Amino acid sequence: MTGSNTLDTFLASNHFLAEYLPILIFIGIAAGLALVMLVGSYFSGKQRPDANKLAPYECGFDAFEDARHKFDVRFYLVSILFIIFDLEIAFLFPWAITLSDIGLFGFWSMVVFLGILTIGFIYEWKKGALDWE
Amino acid sequence: MTLQIFLNDYGLPGALIVLQILAFVVPLLIGVAYLVYAERKVMGAMQLRQGPMTVGAFGLLQTFADAIKLFSKEIIIPSAAHRVVFILAPVLTMLLSMIAWSVIPVNEGWVIADINVGILYLFAISSMGVYGVLMAGWASNSKYAFLGGMRSAAQMVSYEVSMGLVIVCVLLCVGSLNLTEIVTAPRPWWVQVMLLPMFVVFVVSILAECNRAPFDLPEGESELSGGFLVEYSAAAFMLFFLAEYANMILMSAMATILFLGGWLPPFGIEALDFVPGVIWFVLKVSFILFVYIWVRATLPRYRYDQLMRLGWKIFLPFTLIWVLVMAGTLMATNSLPVVQ
Repeated sequence: MTGSNTLDTFLASNHFLAEYLPILIFIGIAAGLALVMLVGSYFSGKQRPDANKLAPYECGFDAFEDARHKFDVRFYLVSILFIIFDLEIAFLFPWAITLSDIGLFGFWSMVVFLGILTIGFIYEWKKGALDWE
Repeated sequence: MTLQIFLNDYGLPGALIVLQILAFVVPLLIGVAYLVYAERKVMGAMQLRQGPMTVGAFGLLQTFADAIKLFSKEIIIPSAAHRVVFILAPVLTMLLSMIAWSVIPVNEGWVIADINVGILYLFAISSMGVYGVLMAGWASNSKYAFLGGMRSAAQMVSYEVSMGLVIVCVLLCVGSLNLTEIVTAPRPWWVQVMLLPMFVVFVVSILAECNRAPFDLPEGESELSGGFLVEYSAAAFMLFFLAEYANMILMSAMATILFLGGWLPPFGIEALDFVPGVIWFVLKVSFILFVYIWVRATLPRYRYDQLMRLGWKIFLPFTLIWVLVMAGTLMATNSLPVVQ
């Protein structure tokens, strides 16, 4: 352990790490806090499980089939649409903060890109992918 | 000797960071306790009731009594559940609602990690909130929990899209992803006026994002009897509960930073500069939290198809067009922020 190889000098030469180290420590503290609450509760409360208590909740009935059954395909549709639009937003973030640099060319490129996306959006709309009735 | 060097070089800076984090976490947890209290009191007043009155003066200790009660209950893990995921879900939800606070500046320089992609970090963390809900819904292996989890995930991702576009609008005017710079960047009055509709969209979206009334369908007790939370009890439930309210405060803080000028005095009145910035910050966040509670006491619950229609057919096209309108106006008037 020499004085030159310390956390301070290490962080001074790695600004990137120095900025993100507190977040890493925070993750540790938050996870610890959550686990302490769970474990503390486990020991402070009386644990007396029985078969009926541990059965899946179904308004007093015995569960008659597995809960992870088929579900509406529209949930998939929404998540696919979300991926498209969220990627587009990730694309818009750098565009938005550098718009003064890239000027009119950058602006019109984005208009064309959003135009193509809008055509797809109109198609989805007409196909009824956004309806939940 | 080496121990002393070690303590000086690693211990002190590390302890400082830990203290900083605790300085955020402890007020946050107390804030959550009093947000729950305020919600019950305000809703009580709006419905001509008294709200909590017995525990402590004016019921001020009610939330702590509830917390102790929850803490001493039995943790039930259903026999059909996937045990690891079932326990991991509340831990993850709580973790995410806490670590998002590491980039929030509550005053000039009062921030744990002043990273230069702060808003992207916040956006990423709030996107990950869906995992906790989906994990809880799937792991419980109960029909109510499963449906609640699915609904909640679909609802959260739907409103995230319009939230992202609203954030892009703000970024156009400030030209930085750093949250401190977003607050301090100068904004002409007409830019603020143009951002006003986006502020409204943002506030409605954060209601949906936090699964709050009138968009509280995932836990709609009249049809899903608690949604993805139905199998949770004791501390596991408490973690979800804590996370939900911490998320409400977080989203309000985000709205404050993006639209209400963070820790700066309202409307740029310099005569009010003597009030510490953190007080303005807390006041602005409290105002938005009051709106949350007000809306809950006023509006009936939305139907699911209405909710999806509002997100995809109204907010998404509107915010998309508004991004282009704002970009065009800022370009035409030559008032885009210059990137350093």
